[in-house]
Amino acid sequence: MSAIASPSAVALKNVARRFVTPSGDVLSALENFDLSIAPGEFMAVVGPTGCGKSTTLGLIAGLARPQGGEVTLFDSPVTGVDRRVGFVFQQDAVFPWRDVLGNVMAGPLFRGVPKDKAEATARDWIIRVGLKGFEHHHPHQLSGGMRKRVALAQTFINNPQVLLMDEPFSALDVQTRELMQEELLQLWAQAKSAVLFVTHDLDEAILLADRVAVLTTRPARVKSVHTIDLPRPRDVATLRYDERFIAIARKISDDLREEVLRARAGH
Amino acid sequence: MTETTVTAPLAADGRIETAVQRMRRHQRLVLALRLAVLVFLIGGWEFGVRLGVIDPFFFGQPSGIVTKLIDWTENGTSIGPLWKQIWVTIYEAGAGFLIGSAMGILCGIALGRNQLLSDVFSIYIKVANSIPRVVLGSIFIVALGLGAASKIALAVVMVFFVVFANAFQGVREADKNLIANARILGASNWQMTRAVVLPSALSWILASLHVSFGFALVGAIVGEFLGAREGMGLLIATAQGSFDSNGVFAAMIVIAIVALLAEWILTMIENRLLTWRPDTTVNE
Repeated sequence: MSAIASPSAVALKNVARRFVTPSGDVLSALENFDLSIAPGEFMAVVGPTGCGKSTTLGLIAGLARPQGGEVTLFDSPVTGVDRRVGFVFQQDAVFPWRDVLGNVMAGPLFRGVPKDKAEATARDWIIRVGLKGFEHHHPHQLSGGMRKRVALAQTFINNPQVLLMDEPFSALDVQTRELMQEELLQLWAQAKSAVLFVTHDLDEAILLADRVAVLTTRPARVKSVHTIDLPRPRDVATLRYDERFIAIARKISDDLREEVLRARAGH
Repeated sequence: MTETTVTAPLAADGRIETAVQRMRRHQRLVLALRLAVLVFLIGGWEFGVRLGVIDPFFFGQPSGIVTKLIDWTENGTSIGPLWKQIWVTIYEAGAGFLIGSAMGILCGIALGRNQLLSDVFSIYIKVANSIPRVVLGSIFIVALGLGAASKIALAVVMVFFVVFANAFQGVREADKNLIANARILGASNWQMTRAVVLPSALSWILASLHVSFGFALVGAIVGEFLGAREGMGLLIATAQGSFDSNGVFAAMIVIAIVALLAEWILTMIENRLLTWRPDTTVNE
């Protein structure tokens, strides 16, 4: 893999991230971590709970610094929050005191776009995520799925070239999750950004991604990377019953189970 | 089918109506009991005095207090017209409240947002907070004179620490996810403070403003106690000096009305500012 000299949107080389616990011990979240995502590629990451998946995203987003190794975006090292990066959080991170319109136009306004232009773009994005008519609703008046749509519009409006997603749909019910996955694939097909999608749901990873990386237990390394050669566009609702899907799922799941068992034994 | 669709809502309506009626009846009962308690207490006081159980020289008398209030409104108090005294105290408390809360909010946000500032100053604020602040009133009277300035200064000191502590805590409690989200969306430090930190600290700050108007009133009145030419505090001090218990109680009632009005105004402001909160309608 390292022989391929193709350009990468995101690359982590030999990255280490350690924490000092309150008792003074050093806890290693990532060690010798290597991962590379091509521009426009959809990469999913699965691994045992608490293995350091979210830590990885924080490093790429520039919210934290690695203690060793190098994190690069389009071959330049990450030194802080980068404007080319978008982030969809696991929990609700929309601003509760702003209405839908205010939330969606927050990014452009922060980045200095004039108000009327930001508002026009935001209204366009609100329509694209299917929230027309809810422009002046506050988040607490929306369902969980609708709040996720707000979060997606809020992120996509900034045209991120790298999109980081931290178990974004894990809090949704199954039907809503399926809809949101479909929606995400459509948005991604148009935006053509590189995606790093962290999830604990292997089916979700296979349904969405071009490649799925399996992480080891803490300290996390990439255990294996699986290419998902299922054709696009994918139908989220029916694909999971496809034989090829099942074959891939079985293969990766064996890989993953090993790590989950090791994680359990370690605790 | 038409029959069922007609009867079903009717039945439901009937049930809702009785529930509403039950609630209204309960509210009426509560109101009646509240009045009964009031009548019992005031009446007991008045009768106690008339039967000679309570000495009106020390404890006053409800009818005497009412007479006093009427006398004050009609003929003015011993130190000038009543409205003038009320206005002076409201002015001092209001000015102290505004200045103190503005300072408290600014310092709270500055220290909440800046780790170094908070590390350096938190110890001094703790020390200053542990001083009984009313004592500072004497210093302010000496330094700033008998006019409004010394009372405003005391009210500022009373208000500042309460608002500061809440603003600081509110800033610290701001959701880490929201902050991370705003940073990635492109917010600068100043934009972060305005768009994320301030709104999320607002409910904390507003809660402290409720309490601190009361503190501002205490500051103004204690200041007037210690030395003044006018104001409700001086009115109380004068009444106390002439052993006029009814006067003290009358002044107390006037101050309580002022405090209740201020509380009502603050609640209105709070509800206006926090419309985005899901539970504002529940807050009465």
